[in-house]
This record gives sequence, C-alpha cells and structure tokens, in this order.
Amino acid sequence: MKLQISTRLALYSVLHLATDPTRQFSAAEIAERFGISLNHLAKVLRTLGRAGLVEAVRGAGGGYRFRGNVKRVTLLDVIQLFEDVWSDGYGAEEPAAAPEEGRALRRVLDEIDDIARATLRSITLATMLKLMQELPDAPGQRPESAPGRLARSR
Amino acid sequence: MVDEVSSPPLEGVRVRAARGSDLPAVIALDAENTGVSKASYWRERFEWYAGRQPDRFFLVAERDDTMLGFIVGEIRAWEFGSPPSGWIFAIHISPTARLSGLGSLLFDEICSRFRAAGVTHVRTMLAKDAHLLLSFFRSLGMMGGPFIQLEKRL
Repeated sequence: MKLQISTRLALYSVLHLATDPTRQFSAAEIAERFGISLNHLAKVLRTLGRAGLVEAVRGAGGGYRFRGNVKRVTLLDVIQLFEDVWSDGYGAEEPAAAPEEGRALRRVLDEIDDIARATLRSITLATMLKLMQELPDAPGQRPESAPGRLARSR
Repeated sequence: MVDEVSSPPLEGVRVRAARGSDLPAVIALDAENTGVSKASYWRERFEWYAGRQPDRFFLVAERDDTMLGFIVGEIRAWEFGSPPSGWIFAIHISPTARLSGLGSLLFDEICSRFRAAGVTHVRTMLAKDAHLLLSFFRSLGMMGGPFIQLEKRL
C-alpha cells in the first residue's frame, strides 16, 4: 500500500500531538522530529486544522495541539483528508479495451481496497498510541530519543 | 456489541461461568443488541458451552444478580493447520453498562482461561462493517492474523 508523503506526515503529526493533547508542540519541533520542511508541514497542519483534528495556539509558547477524541478518530479519518483513493466506492476504471479482463481485475482490487479500508477504519489513534508504547524501542525503553525520519521511499 | 453510552465503572462487577438460570437474560440481551430473538440458538449454545468442559467458556458479568454482559469462546484445534488457539465468537454488553471497561474485563477473563488451558493465541471473526466492534478488539491489541476468510455465493 502506498500513502503520499503528506498523508504519512499528517498521521505522524496527529499521533505525535495526541501523545499529550494538553501540550502545544511548535511546528519547528514537529518538522525537526520528522525531518520535513516547515512549509510542507504547515500545509498539512492547515488541512488537519480545517478538519478539526488540531488547533493552532497563538502567542508566546504557541504551537499546535490535538483536539479530537483519540478513542474515536481512526487512521482512515486522517487518510481520507489527503487521499481520494480511500474513499468508499473508489475504483479506477480499467482500460476499455479489455472490459471482461478489466472488470475481473477490478473485483480483486476492490476486495483488497475493502480490506484495507476496514483495517484503517478499525484502528483508532488510541490503539496506535498503545502500539507505539509497545514497540521495543519506545520512549522509556531506549537510551535516548531517536525519532525516525520521514523517508521519501515507500 | 460494544458502543458509545458511558456508564459507571466496574465496582461490584463479578465474572463467573454461566449457569442454566442465565439463559433467559442471555437471550434477552442478545435480542436487545441485535434486534433478533434467537432463543433456540442460545438454548443449543448453552448445552454445548455452559457445561464444565475444560475447552469451552461461557462467562457472564453481573452486578447485584443482574447480568451486564457475556462472552463465549472455545479452544479450537488444528482447523486448517492451526495449532490449538482460543476462539471468541460472541460478546454482548448491556447498553446500560457500556464504556465502563466491562468488555475489556470479559475479554481479559476469557483470555486468562485460554492461557491457563495452554494456548498462546486468541482469534475472532467480525464483519468488515462492524466498525465499533472491530475498534474494540483492535484496542485490546488484536491484529490481523495468518488466516483469510473466504466465501462464495451458492
């Protein structure tokens, strides 16, 4: 499965902010953590803000904080803000030159999309935060924080 | 089914093996949650699961002699090459007791019994569109397993 860089950055950002919804994180801090440009991050945060998932806190010490319900917001909720491909009913048309072949292939690809959607819809941010804590190198289980960079290769 | 009404916490809740006198409450709770009364189905399930067999578990949660929920499972062995594992096929929580942690309590209880019986994995199967129930099991740490469910229209 492929997700655009913006989508992955949005997921990373939302999860990072949701680790402590009472705290504001500066855009620079988030950009540094994931090795991404401030400009790119700003666009992503604006989209998340319009969706009501994050809010900008202005003034000294301002930044961004999470403002959703971690037990209700799912991975699909975030992904659908950035990718048409994960909307219900999505399905690119196969070339008209091969109608039967194309329709048969479409059925298989739709099945895969269905499973992916159901999976992403069933995983809340709270579940992801738990998964993050269970990782062998989660904070508190590694000597020093060494966040992963957002790689361009997928 | 597990969903969104908040409830008091778990004080005074007791989990125990089901007995014959629980049958009417089980039938009523299932009918309330699903909208379909399946009295004869549950009567048969009771005969099979509510006895004292070491590999079948029908647990009820109650407070002050009022049933708040139940969970049913068994240990299945060597189906399609799978070593013995726990299998959960029903969980119901009273609408008055949801979001109190009761579903997690029942899940933990049946998993303890699976573990005591010597198995290391627990499985279940859910409809793709049962979003809340899927999220519930995901929140308990369940992930996609090594089997894929298939079907064909007859």
